[in-house]
Amino acid sequence: MGRYVVRRLLQMIPVFIGATLLIFLMVNVMGDPIAGLCGERQCDPATAAQLKKEFGLDKPVWQQYLIYMGNVFTGDFGTAFNGQKVTELMSTAFPVTIRLTIVAILFEIVIGITLGVVTGLRRGRPVDTSVLLLTLVVISVPVFVTGLLLQLLLGVEWGWIKPSVSTEATFGELIVPGLVLASVSLAYVTRLTRTSIAENRRSDYVRTAIAKGLPWHRVVVRHLLRNSLIPVVTFIGTDIGALMGGAIVTERIFNIHGVGFQLYQGILRQNTQTVVGFVTVLVLVFLVANLLVDLLYAVLDPRIRYA
Amino acid sequence: MPEQHESEGVVSSAGMGGAMDLAVSEAETLERTPGGPEGTGPAGKPRSLWSDAWRDLRRNPVFIISGLVILFLVVISLWPSLIASGNPLKCDLAKAQEGSQPGHPFGYDGQGCDVYTRTVYGTRISISVGVLATAGIALLGSVLGGLAGYFSGGYDSLMSRITDIFFAIPVVLGGLVLLSVVTSNTIWPVIGFMVLLGWTQVYRIARGAVIIAKQNDYVQAARALGASDSRILLRHIAPNAVAPVIVVATIALGTYIALEATLSYLGVGLKPPTVSWGIDISAASPYIRNAPHMLLWPAGALAVTVLAFIMLGDAVRDALDPKLR
Repeated sequence: MGRYVVRRLLQMIPVFIGATLLIFLMVNVMGDPIAGLCGERQCDPATAAQLKKEFGLDKPVWQQYLIYMGNVFTGDFGTAFNGQKVTELMSTAFPVTIRLTIVAILFEIVIGITLGVVTGLRRGRPVDTSVLLLTLVVISVPVFVTGLLLQLLLGVEWGWIKPSVSTEATFGELIVPGLVLASVSLAYVTRLTRTSIAENRRSDYVRTAIAKGLPWHRVVVRHLLRNSLIPVVTFIGTDIGALMGGAIVTERIFNIHGVGFQLYQGILRQNTQTVVGFVTVLVLVFLVANLLVDLLYAVLDPRIRYA
Repeated sequence: MPEQHESEGVVSSAGMGGAMDLAVSEAETLERTPGGPEGTGPAGKPRSLWSDAWRDLRRNPVFIISGLVILFLVVISLWPSLIASGNPLKCDLAKAQEGSQPGHPFGYDGQGCDVYTRTVYGTRISISVGVLATAGIALLGSVLGGLAGYFSGGYDSLMSRITDIFFAIPVVLGGLVLLSVVTSNTIWPVIGFMVLLGWTQVYRIARGAVIIAKQNDYVQAARALGASDSRILLRHIAPNAVAPVIVVATIALGTYIALEATLSYLGVGLKPPTVSWGIDISAASPYIRNAPHMLLWPAGALAVTVLAFIMLGDAVRDALDPKLR
């Protein structure tokens, strides 16, 4: 187990370097990082050179990358061009997005898996068909349309929620945005659980469990569900990173000041340090979540051992 | 093509997994001559995975409906003037945001353009983006993935690390970063970005399919007979590994159409005067309260299109991989 974790952590290093380097290159090569500083006008050459020197932008890109990464590992994510520390932005933005992601993941787990179990056990019945159709509709409507419609209906027309989330962004305010963020994944979790449950429903161990007289809920929860969860856990695990990165759209609709909001601002204003810093953290979250998922496999299926 | 024939025979019993189960399980229900271990039809001609799949698909209402919807969309994206006589760029500001009227069933958008005409004309761009992006990822992903699966070793592990890197970058985020500096008015930057961040999806599927296909006896036989790598890959492995790629590509097509709309909503996708559903939806979103029709029609068209492609992909997968039933 310990050796497995160490090996996985070592494997994460090249992926981490590659992904951050890719983003670093995209941000630096594609745009002119100081163009955003002079507003609408072109910077005059002297100022531009001075600014470039100040931010270390006159060095070759690979050197900038190395310096940047060196700083990151000492906890210094640099300063946004407006003088605010990137770590300061992170400390206000990440808690909000983490709360939003938690709400979304809870929706996926509770509603997605429940619906998946219910439909998987009743394949071909009206419940199954209607839920399946519903998941297809949810998947095919883009998230921002779902979000705008829910905001219009629940927030404006019926007044059940506030259409935009305050800066505190409490869990209560994040329920509907969390549902919107989770919607597509929720549909996938439902379909995945359904397929998995329906497949395992026919297996020998379920027949044995029924034959030895276990109560039905125990058969379903302890035997059927536990064995059916591996693909679902994989999906939810890889989804954590995607949800935090994909929250840009949801956060824009509901005016939530989280990671997506800061990233969007950063990209629009070509704020290199902010963008690269936030993406670096997001990539780390994605990698760690994947590692945790792999470790969870052993909990769900004791036959899987990590040598 | 003698080898083709032979390989198809073997596939239906051992290859793609499940074609044989289908032959056995359906033997009682369908009028198929019993006894033919390789799913031999009445004419004695070996039935391939594809003709089996086609037979299933023809009877599947989901396939027929989604197929007809897609056919319709393709026709109107080629000849939009068939059902819309107006000009999508001819607008009258005086009529901005007005609702449905005779001759203009969907009403007018924020610039006073006819929503019906724009929705019809938007089909072309949305479908083109989806088709071209999917063709790109399918081509790039299956070539790179197929080679990785076939040659394993160093190239494979290098490529797998590279795909890991691409998977670690959230798609919408990558789109924002890459496309925010693009000023071009064409659809190519958007398609290029989709291919750049999307090929890994097909890569993994193609690699897996090739690894499974290359273990088959007929591949060993071809190798023993001295066939070259390129011949084995193209004549024996590719026809047997292409099914999962087609399924993933069909479903991906729908999601790329939706992704174009999302990128346009974030302001980095296509740009006016291009007529696309994504642009129209994002232009209408600030006015959703006063004039919801401006958003609902293009969004509805988009949803129907995506739904049709996802359902088509589902139906094709069920037909090609009967195990999942």
